[in-house]
Amino acid sequence: MTAIERAERMLRRSSFFMALGLVLMVAVYVRALRFTPVEATQGPAQKIYYIHPPSAWVAFLAFGIVGVCSLLYLFLKDPRLDRLAASSAEVGVVFTTVVLITGPIWAKPIWGTWWTWDARLTSTLFLWFVYFGYLVLRSAVPEPGRRARYSAVLGILGSLLVPFIHVSVLLFRTLHPKAVFLNPEGPGLPGPMLATLLFSLGVFTLFFFGLVTHRYAQATVVDARAAAEADDAR
Amino acid sequence: MPSTFAAAWAIAAKDLLLEFRSRTAFLSSLVFTALVLAIFNFARDPTAVSTTDIAPGILWVTFTFAGLLGLNRAFALERENHALDGLLLSPASRTALYLGKVVANLVFVAAIEAVALPLFALFFNMPLLPVLVPLAGVIALATVGFVVVGTLMSAIAVNTRFAELMLPVLMLPFLMPPITGAVQVTSRLFGGRPFSEVSAWLKLLVAYDIVFIVLCVLIFEHILDE
Amino acid sequence: MTANPVEANPNTAPAPALVVRGLTRSFGRVRALRGVDFTLASGEALAVFGPNGAGKTTLLRILAGLLGAEKGEVIVAGEMLARGDVRHRRRIGMISHHSLLYDGLSARENLEFYARLYGLADRRGTAQRALVSVGLEERAGSPVVTYSRGMVQRLAIARALLHDPEIVLLDEPFTGLDQQAAATLRSLLGRLREERRTLVLVTHNLDEGLELATHVAIQVAGRFVECGLRSGDTASYRARYAQATAGA
Repeated sequence: MTAIERAERMLRRSSFFMALGLVLMVAVYVRALRFTPVEATQGPAQKIYYIHPPSAWVAFLAFGIVGVCSLLYLFLKDPRLDRLAASSAEVGVVFTTVVLITGPIWAKPIWGTWWTWDARLTSTLFLWFVYFGYLVLRSAVPEPGRRARYSAVLGILGSLLVPFIHVSVLLFRTLHPKAVFLNPEGPGLPGPMLATLLFSLGVFTLFFFGLVTHRYAQATVVDARAAAEADDAR
Repeated sequence: MPSTFAAAWAIAAKDLLLEFRSRTAFLSSLVFTALVLAIFNFARDPTAVSTTDIAPGILWVTFTFAGLLGLNRAFALERENHALDGLLLSPASRTALYLGKVVANLVFVAAIEAVALPLFALFFNMPLLPVLVPLAGVIALATVGFVVVGTLMSAIAVNTRFAELMLPVLMLPFLMPPITGAVQVTSRLFGGRPFSEVSAWLKLLVAYDIVFIVLCVLIFEHILDE
Repeated sequence: MTANPVEANPNTAPAPALVVRGLTRSFGRVRALRGVDFTLASGEALAVFGPNGAGKTTLLRILAGLLGAEKGEVIVAGEMLARGDVRHRRRIGMISHHSLLYDGLSARENLEFYARLYGLADRRGTAQRALVSVGLEERAGSPVVTYSRGMVQRLAIARALLHDPEIVLLDEPFTGLDQQAAATLRSLLGRLREERRTLVLVTHNLDEGLELATHVAIQVAGRFVECGLRSGDTASYRARYAQATAGA
């Protein structure tokens, strides 16, 4: 099987995963809206909670992948690692944006303001800026080898920056409700809500991997086609 | 074969000699800094907010702008006549090149800060002398973090389209921890608060500097490795 | 096409100055070099002719250590040129059509800076001798920005030879030079040949390289279509060059 055919097969398979993830997403929303009890103090607005933390988890996971791929790329110089990092970054920035949009939507009815500089939202805001820098840098370097190297350097630096930003913001102040289900005395969330949240977390992660694999497969097809063209031009 | 430090020093000295000769970049940065400080005076309502409250922020935003201006010159000056090739052809290591540029940038930025600080004290009537030594310390800590990362970023940015715009876009997230820490410490210094309140921030600044100095030194050669 | 221009007696021949095998390099989709081979003994001069885009500069930059090769190897005086290897840098000098100089510094300051970078003893003396050898000792204190193109080229040569390299790489050195400057350059290059340095000259202008060369290669689209001892006159090379570039 030629490189292009392999890449196209990967594309088809990843489309399947994406579709599966999408279907499961719908299932999550149905469960969240109809089958999960409404929270006492926060009301129906709290339902956005099933989107917000899972998106945040995915946003940071995506950048973790960017960081690991970047580090490996500098040692191994394998263009597939660069492609994976870029795919993860493109998908990650979307989820980061979702966090930044759902955050204010949740905050407004609960706390009365659209934006609060609490620790997690602020860290996510800066994560968004780092993603943006990464993607803009990639678009500004035409030559693939150089682009991969520069991106890898920025990916590693960015990964180390994120913990510093988080600590800085924590030292500054925090307003965010504590991670309720990580409470050592036992989950603070009642059973059905916790279940929905965990379900949502799982689905988001699956959907994320589907999207990244799909994007990666797309990039692989593009590169394989270009390489074949260059070969023919000989 | 010269040692890394000897080569770095030679490169830094060459940069500073060139800078001293032309003086344009330095003087423009100084005047720019003075302008920013002056504008800040009008960007507030003196009756509503006391100077001491916003002074640390003003100082550090000014330092940030001035610093960003200074960072671009380091590698931009090697583009003329492809001088960078000359450096890469020589036995000087990539690390020596990086360290030399960092030192030159540090001297440049420190010189601007040395002028900006008294100007700031003058414009905003801030008594700096009692806290001058600790203030200089925190300025040094934050500036080192800023220059170490910025020099590396400028090496990347200089090869992209819109280099002058790319550098701030890449840099600014990296400035958040040192600037936040610096402003907090500066604020408590101006307010005469005890040391214990700022120790966490100082630890943050030191940790940031150590982590990024080591990381940037290790990673720099990959930028030039074609 | 593999080339082996060395005809030295295998019993007494020292390790060749420069051995290049299967050099390959791409930039994204552009295949700049598709497998270049040649061997040069010490004191020989290879002129590489080729149109723009043939990959000549890429070849030279890999030899200089400024670029890495994807495949293939470069062996300098019997030692493999590895990425990041600084030993070879003292053996190689490069003269380009860019001067690699700092316009804001004087000629003397430029040379003394490079002397420092190469760890040369007696920086002043070395710089002074270099200035005299290219005839720039009178204007040595003026900033390079005030120099004419010909003077800049002479200073660039002085810089490239400061550390007394065995191998000198030349990338289109005659670009932008007027008659007089070109004549000066030719005589300087002749001196390099007399000093038995190994030369690799890359150019798209046949007249410039031919008289200097012991070996000639024609590079088209990343490959040597011809490589061997210089034989025949300028006219025959012109014909072969035209044929090679027409077919590409």
